[in-house]
Amino acid sequence: MKLIVKGEEKEYKEGLTLAQLVELEKIETPQYVTASVNDELLSAGEFEKTLLKDGDVLEFLYFMGGGGL
Amino acid sequence: MIIMPRRFYDEIVKRAVEGASEEICGLIGGTLKDGTKEVKEIYFLENTDHSKEHFSMNPKEQLEAVKDMRKKGIIPLGNFHSHPESPARPSEEDKRLAYDKEASYMIISLADRDRIVLKSFRITGNASSEEDIKII
Repeated sequence: MKLIVKGEEKEYKEGLTLAQLVELEKIETPQYVTASVNDELLSAGEFEKTLLKDGDVLEFLYFMGGGGL
Repeated sequence: MIIMPRRFYDEIVKRAVEGASEEICGLIGGTLKDGTKEVKEIYFLENTDHSKEHFSMNPKEQLEAVKDMRKKGIIPLGNFHSHPESPARPSEEDKRLAYDKEASYMIISLADRDRIVLKSFRITGNASSEEDIKII
């Protein structure tokens, strides 16, 4: 199946979970990453149970925050 | 080295001063060539903490910004946030929450309103190193 990952079309095997994709894409510190699948935001706790399908569009966003003190 | 057009610098300063009741934050997008980052676009995002001591970027707006960068053929280069009352250096919390070691973390300090300072850092673990910023 074809997935659009970070703007790039890639071929993956059927039945891939989001957690497996995160591993294949070598996303570092995935516990701090929010994934977007077709514009739906998913936190790390949902990666394992999210099955990807042909044509899905994915982005990976690092949590961005901090403090001045 | 980061090259930033003056209009972006001016806009960040303006927003930081006008919105000094909380930390302002956003993303920078542009190009990366031979280790030099050139800022082509900036995106102001909601600080969902609405605090002058903390910030968290709105993830929906973060996604929209990244999608806009893809459309424009540029890449995410890093982010910026303001320190309304503290120096332009990564706080312990900034370092603890800096998960992307490729990103540039820009901080604008309003601690001395007569001498507003913008600095940029790369952060890996608990270590940070300053990057040069060239305003053109």
